[in-house]
Amino acid sequence: MRTLGSFVTRFRDRFSTLPKGTRLAVLVVLVMLVYLLPIINPPGLTTVDSDFASVLFSMAMYAIIAVGLNIVIGYAGLLDLGYVGFFAVGAFTVAVLGSAHGHIPWLLCVPAAIAVTMISGVLLGAPTLRVRGDYLAIVTLGFGEIIRLVLVNTSWLGGAAGISNLPTPPSVSLFSIPHLVWNGAVPLVDPTASSTFLKFSVTDATPYYWLALSVLLVILFLDWLMQNSRVGRSWEATREDEDAAELMGVPTFRFKLLAFAMGAAIGGLSGTLFAARQGFVNPDNFTIIYSSLFVAMVVVGGQGNRWGVVAAAALLIWLPERFRFLSDARYLLFGIALILLAVFRPQGLLPPRRRIRAIAADETEEVLEEGVTHA
Amino acid sequence: MNLLIHHFWELTITGLAIGAVYSLVALGYTLVYGVLRLINFAHGDVFMWGSMAAVWVLTAVNAHPAGLAGTVGYLLLATAAAVAVSSTIALLLELFAYRPLRRRNAPPLIALISAIGASYTLSELMGLRDKPFHWLGLDAQMQAYVGRPRENGVMPAFLTNGVVLHIGGYGVQKVDVIVLVGSIVMMVALDQFVRRSRLGRGIRAVAQDPEAAALMGVNRDRVIRITFFIGGAMAGVAGMLYLLKIGATRYNAGFILGVKAFTAAVLGGIGNLRGALLGGFVLGVAENYGSAIVGTQWKDVVAFVLLVVILLFRPTGLLGESLGKARA
Repeated sequence: MRTLGSFVTRFRDRFSTLPKGTRLAVLVVLVMLVYLLPIINPPGLTTVDSDFASVLFSMAMYAIIAVGLNIVIGYAGLLDLGYVGFFAVGAFTVAVLGSAHGHIPWLLCVPAAIAVTMISGVLLGAPTLRVRGDYLAIVTLGFGEIIRLVLVNTSWLGGAAGISNLPTPPSVSLFSIPHLVWNGAVPLVDPTASSTFLKFSVTDATPYYWLALSVLLVILFLDWLMQNSRVGRSWEATREDEDAAELMGVPTFRFKLLAFAMGAAIGGLSGTLFAARQGFVNPDNFTIIYSSLFVAMVVVGGQGNRWGVVAAAALLIWLPERFRFLSDARYLLFGIALILLAVFRPQGLLPPRRRIRAIAADETEEVLEEGVTHA
Repeated sequence: MNLLIHHFWELTITGLAIGAVYSLVALGYTLVYGVLRLINFAHGDVFMWGSMAAVWVLTAVNAHPAGLAGTVGYLLLATAAAVAVSSTIALLLELFAYRPLRRRNAPPLIALISAIGASYTLSELMGLRDKPFHWLGLDAQMQAYVGRPRENGVMPAFLTNGVVLHIGGYGVQKVDVIVLVGSIVMMVALDQFVRRSRLGRGIRAVAQDPEAAALMGVNRDRVIRITFFIGGAMAGVAGMLYLLKIGATRYNAGFILGVKAFTAAVLGGIGNLRGALLGGFVLGVAENYGSAIVGTQWKDVVAFVLLVVILLFRPTGLLGESLGKARA
């Protein structure tokens, strides 16, 4: 684990010394490849037992969630164990407006869902963010469960059966792209499978994957803008030392609330994607176990590093799908991985660069003070 | 509201009985929090393992209704099994999930992550317990213990239930009496142990000031082990009593009960033993009253809302925090 982490770190350092044009070109090619994954069906990567495009869609959707939760946990340092609640609020906003109590098209439901989840984030955050760090975890856990119980027990929200016939994103049929199948190392055109460009249907998950991936890229860009602004620096200061930040003039409570609201909005946005792909929602999709899965993504990826959490989210969804025998023991492996990670690599697999420097600085200081190296 | 008035005594007494279970589990949270300043998130799963052990032992001895002596024998046997398993699990938990972190001085967030991981591991091990037996080809023999691991483990009915006495029109059940008496005995024993014994003094000393305690010759690691052991034993007793009251347990039963017991601990003031007792009873009764007013399907919501309200308005709980500052 340690060697993999430092390998990636070294690779990242090497990459950042390349000329800007080269870096951009590499990135564009990579992004193109990622977009074309469901078309190419690369052997080894593709999942045999379940539809590869569906798996890719899940990976992109969970990556969005991980980026959102990374704002709350990684940037602002608030452990939120009820994040699935916001995901649920987003999905149910689409369900209520688009199917149960209205016929608003999906595209209009999305801003509404973002607004509703943002408001619910502020409503949850305003009272709870005043409590101590470890209490916050339990309170948010309670809130996540309250949201699910409210969904189960309210007939206006569909009750335990949930809501079906959700609206799909607007479709246009422009052209169709055939998928590839691989015969050994030789790619062949698959006569049985093709994707129509931007026709959202139940049978083909590829357009949903493109949609989710595009949303993910936009979110990543906004996330980057935010982290490098005054807001991001305030979050970091609050996380590292709340009292010091407050003394330096950072209104810490307001920024913590902002982190909560931004995280909630992104969670709600991914909920709308989930609703669109699934076509129905019910409270069982939002049990507390998902909250811990989300937290695991952020912690495994390295809190505060957006690429780390995206990679961890994709990996944690892909592994059990690719290796089906793992899927039974999935949560057991999670549990063990979390303990191992906490013990051996508390900073996550891909910690942010600044965190790596901070750890190195701490170690040097330790050596200077104690005169011994800590293994 | 009408329901609350008509069934007041029934709600109160069953609330106290389930509250007693919360109290016993809450003691584990409070003790560990007192000495380590750590929310032992996996404590609910320690409880679950104890209750499962009780089911297995009762199944193994084929418990059935058998007079007073037989019933007491079954009760003691099952409790012993639950305590043994729970305290072992609690010690293993401390050894693998928390001690390595303590050595490295990990921040609280990391300890909480490890605790969440441990919670998953424990409940999933229980949920997947059929696998190893399946590989060994022992399915048929072990069917009663590992068959359908994700379903309820049901306690063999060996206790003939009956009304013992009447309070305000409600006939108090035998089970309620056993649960209440059993838990109160355990609580008094623990309270006296922590207040009077040498080891109890060690626990209080570490809770109050770990460094000073170490300077006075208290072995901190040993105190922490004892704390986990006692917490686990209490969870084991709670597991057995829960089984008597509810009749079944399952691999994920620890989660919701753990959160409620933690609520009870916070309600009474985390780190405060008597607070945990009071908190458990208050929570059990409040939950029953609440569900009588707004409907039973909202029972868990009542508990969570109570937790949030307490944390907001009186984060130190009813009796105040800290094991160390408790009256000596």
